[in-house]
Order: sequence, then structure tokens, then C-alpha cells
Amino acid sequence: MLGRLKQMIIKEFIQVFRDKRTRFILVGPPIIQMLVFGYAATYEIHHVPTVVLDLDHSQESRELVSRFTSSPYFDAQRQLTDSRELGDLIDQGKATVGLEIHAGFAQQLRSGQTAPLQVIVDATNSNTALIASGYISQIALGFARDYQRDHIYRIAPQLLEVMPSVTLEPRPWYNPGMSSRWFFVPGVIGSLTLVLVITLTAFAVVREREIGTLEQIMVTPIRPAEFILGKTLPFFLIGLFDVMLIAAVGAFWFQVPFRGHIPVLLTGVVLFLLCMLGVGLLISTVSSTQQQAMVTAFFYIMPAITFSGFGFPISTMPQWMQYITYALPLRYFLIVLRGTYLKGVGMDILWPQMAAMAGLGLALITAAILRFHKALD
Amino acid sequence: MPEQANSVVVEKLVKRFGDFVAVDHIDIETRKGEVFGFLGPNGAGKSTTIRMLCGLLRPTSGRAVVAGFDVARDPESVRQNIGYMSQKFSLYNDLKVIENIRLFAGLYSVPAKDLQGRIDWALEMANLKGQENLITGTLPGGWKQRLALGCAVLHKPPVIFLDEPTSGVDPITRRQFWDLIHEMAGEGVTVFVTTHYMEEAEYCNRLALIFRGKIVALGTPSELKRDSMTGQLLLVECEPLGAAVEALQAAPGVMDAAVFGNALHLVVGDAAAAQPQLRSYLETRGISVSRMEQIWPSLEDVFVSLTTASNTAEERKP
Repeated sequence: MLGRLKQMIIKEFIQVFRDKRTRFILVGPPIIQMLVFGYAATYEIHHVPTVVLDLDHSQESRELVSRFTSSPYFDAQRQLTDSRELGDLIDQGKATVGLEIHAGFAQQLRSGQTAPLQVIVDATNSNTALIASGYISQIALGFARDYQRDHIYRIAPQLLEVMPSVTLEPRPWYNPGMSSRWFFVPGVIGSLTLVLVITLTAFAVVREREIGTLEQIMVTPIRPAEFILGKTLPFFLIGLFDVMLIAAVGAFWFQVPFRGHIPVLLTGVVLFLLCMLGVGLLISTVSSTQQQAMVTAFFYIMPAITFSGFGFPISTMPQWMQYITYALPLRYFLIVLRGTYLKGVGMDILWPQMAAMAGLGLALITAAILRFHKALD
Repeated sequence: MPEQANSVVVEKLVKRFGDFVAVDHIDIETRKGEVFGFLGPNGAGKSTTIRMLCGLLRPTSGRAVVAGFDVARDPESVRQNIGYMSQKFSLYNDLKVIENIRLFAGLYSVPAKDLQGRIDWALEMANLKGQENLITGTLPGGWKQRLALGCAVLHKPPVIFLDEPTSGVDPITRRQFWDLIHEMAGEGVTVFVTTHYMEEAEYCNRLALIFRGKIVALGTPSELKRDSMTGQLLLVECEPLGAAVEALQAAPGVMDAAVFGNALHLVVGDAAAAQPQLRSYLETRGISVSRMEQIWPSLEDVFVSLTTASNTAEERKP
């Protein structure tokens, strides 16, 4: 029994490491994708192309515009003279934000009135528009507050002593810089592991079916369980290696802090790999060619990542969709990843996620073994 | 001790896929050291039968005992006692020759003390001594086939199944391959071969002809040639050939007419009686006959005759 299993594992490792391309696939894409995602997957905005149409040409309007030009969030280099030009630039996508200060802006402020500042935002990307609007109102309100204080100081300085206000004292826990990279990097570790392990496993089995070696192996006294174990154990170890590799890139390259305990993370990784091997095997039992396996894997991977909470919060999804997410191992693994990396929580908090992955993993592997028996007939 | 360790015993074996009956109540019994051929057109049920006998497919009903073990009840023991080689080359192309041999030796649990001996034997047999480290995929077809056979019999099984072993192999390699098969049979191994090559069928000790899931004839190649034809065979050389075939298919007393090379093969009830009638039948239609004589049928004639007979019987059913 152990002899046959050992032979299968030796064979699998020889095959993986003999092929130059496969060897590269194990190390190259995970690191490259980790770097790409780490830099690209972000909700933050910087240097939003901004155009300014200042029709007032007053000291006040210049002061307001300078607050935008000095902000790292906006690139407000371009001054326009015509409101039609502003519309054109936004149409062409050359500007995302347009500020229009109408003539008489300073006049209204000086006479103690409320002066409008027209802000045009290209909201095609609603997320960018939302965040940009937030920054714009911060800058505009800051300008207004300072102007009010100067104004009151000039006409009745004693009033400043009794002017009530609220100061915000935000304490963003776990991610004080509110860096979205800290949010995304652990998620990328999870989704890359998912893609890698599912495709490697599914392909490894389907390839044998396609070229006929599966049949030759199945007429030897090997048991289906031995075959499956021999096929999955190598990919389990490879998956473990890859998780550690990309986790190291996250911690050392992107400087995402790891505050939890490594054994807790490893427990999560092992359970998650179990689930992914199960999914990969299941895909292999319903596919007879590598193309079918690829399409089937694609159908699983896309929604599995979308519904996992990788990028979009599960709590805002419709209720029925939220139920689906409970069947997705990545959902639990992401909580474990973010919990161990950022929150530094342990088993006392994460055990429900661990239990869910263990349950799903066992169910998936059992289903795969049963299907495998059937697929042989 | 299992009964009939060197044999394949099949009783009323049936395999259904939904409504389709792939194998329909077949009975086979092979003897020790026999090369048993399983002949039939594509889709006749050959591969399905062999897959059941190897424990890869569960029979729908009936019984099959291979090397003394029931395929439905103890497929694992069956697989420990058989060698199987399929029509597709199915070793690992990306492994070295020696790695393939070691893999299969391990899967068949060849004892450590015998391992080196069996590896040497397999290399010798495949003519690959000293080339253990070649990547299997780079070997020429015939060598691969011999290596595959070597790997399939590393554990010295008493029964070997070969599923169209020499399709796509050149005639010389095929000849060498059959020498190997007979050598193993000479040592008491039962060899069960499927094929649709008639020349390959001639190498077998006994043949079963399967058509539409049923065995339509069983015997030695010479028994089949002697007994299985309905009618006798006439060779006719004439001019023009095309017109002759058309005319003869409608001629009285002719059961079948087919072109074989430059001549025609006719199936008739009584060859001696039919000859003068047919000669005048052709000549009145302006066809000149240069030669007409009774010949012994080849396996191909038997094969065609039996399958067409079975076809017509099928069509006559209401």
C-alpha cells in the first residue's frame, strides 16, 4: 500500500520538476502576480487629473485652487478659460475632475454669503468618483472653515473664543494608515493559491485521462484512494510552498505586518489547500480533456473570487447571494488571512472559519473520490 | 489455491450502457498457455469485454473469472494477476525508460530481491539495455510498444490482456512482438489479444469472433476457415471487373460477391456445380472469364461472411 503510494508520489515529482515550464509555473507566476496585484489592486486615488476654470481671478479663488494643486490627490495643473473646454476634456477622459469657480465668488464670500463651487466629476468609475468627491469636500470645507475664522477674526475676534466645533479623533484599528494594500495583499495570497492549486490538480489528473496513462495505472492493483492521494499529496506540498513564497513577498516586499501566530495561519493554509485539492479533483472527474478542465475551472474561479469578499464586501451583497458565499472556502480563508496578518487574532476567534474549511474540505474530497470511482465505469 | 489460475472463464457476460447492449451474453474459456484472439470490427464489444475482464468496468450481469478471481467481487486480486497493454501507448512519455519500469514494478509490488532481475529482463526484452536513461517519449513506436509490454508483465502475471497491441506498428516490429507473445505463452502464460487485423488473428491458437456484442464463431483459425463459411468460395478473374460484380450480385446461387485485388471472391452453395453455370452466365453478358477455381477461404473471407450473415439475420427479424 505505502509502496504503491510512494511510487506515485515519486513519479509525480519527477514529472513536475522535469518540465522546465512547469518548474517555472510553480515559482514565476505566483511572484509576478503577487507583485502586480500588490501594486495594482488598490482603492486609493492619487494624482486625479483635474482641470480648473477660474472665472473669478480673485485672491480667494487662487487660494482655493492652490489647495487643490498642493494636494497629492489631484493634479490640477491645467487652468482653463472656457466652460465648453472643461466639458470636452471630461468627455475625452483627459480630466476626471473639473472645478468651476464662477465670477463673483470672492465678492459673495467677502459679503458674508455662501458661495458655490461647482465640481464636475466623471463618475464612470463610481468608486474613484466617490473617493475623489470625499477629498474635494475635505479641501473645500477646510478652505471654508479657515475663511470663516479669518472673517470672524477680522470683524469680531472675541467671537472666536465661543465658537463651538467638533474635532474628529479617528482611530483606524489594525490598519492605521488605512492602506488598501494591507487589505488586498492577504486577499491576493488566498486567491492566487486558489487559482494555482485548482488548475494544477485538475490538469494533472485530466492529462492522464487524456493520454491514456490513467487506464494503464488503473489496471495495476493500485486503489483509487492511493491514486488520488498520490496525485494530490505532491500538489499539496507545492501549494504549501507557494503560499509561503507569496506570503513572504507580502510580508517582506509589501511590508504588510504579520501580527498573528504562524501555526494559526498554517492550520488555515492546510485546511484551505484540502478544499482546493477537492475542487481540483472534482473538476477533473467531470472533464475528459484539458480544455474542458480549463473552462470548468474558469467557471468556478471567477465567482469563487468575486463572492469571497476579496474585493467587494459580502455584507453588501443581496441576501441570497450571501448564502452562496458560505459554500466557498476562500471566504473563510480570507478571514483567517486578514485575521492573522492584520488583527493578530488566534484560534479563539478564528475557530469557526477553521471548522467550516475542515467540513467543506472533507465533503469536497469525499465527493471527488466518489465521483472518481464513478468516472472509471 | 484459486481454481484455474492460468485461465479466463466467462459465463453469460453482459454489459449494458443504458439501452445499448455492448456485450450480450458471451461465453469464453481459455486454456493455460494459449494465445486467444478476440476478433471483431470496431464497436463490436471487444474493448468493453477486455475492460470488464481487467476489472475496469463492472459487468451488468454474468460472471467472469480471471486467473481464478471473480472480476466483479475481487477486481484488485484480478489486477495483481494480470498484465494489460492497450492500443494506445500508455507509459509516461516524460519519464525515463528506467523510471517507467521502476514505477510499474512499484505499482505491482515486485519484491525488492527480484527487482533488479526484473528490470534487467524488461530492458533486455525491449532491447533497451544501456539506454535506460532515454526519455521514453523519444523512442520509436515499436520500441515503446515492447517497453509497454515489458512494464505490463514485470510481476510475471499468469494472464495477459493485449488490446490491439500492434496497431500502428510496422510489420517487422509486429513480427518481433508476436514472437515475444508466443515465447510467453510457451512459458504457460495465457494471452488474450483483441485485434481487427486478420494477419494478426492467424497468429492466435484460438479465435472468438465477436459482432454486435455476440460471439458469432469460435475455434482455431483453420477450424474457422473450414467450418464457419456458409457455402464455398470461388476465385474469379474476369474483365471488366466492375460490371462482373454487379452482374454476379444478382446471379442465381451467388450469396456474396466482392472484389479482392484483381479478382473476385464469390460465395456459392456448391463450388463444383456452380462453376459452369456462372461461366456461361458471365459470358452471355459479354464478360470474359480468364480463371475460375475453388479456393480456401482466408480469415478475412470468414470474417466478412459471418458478419454479413449476422447482419441479414438481424434485418430479417420483425
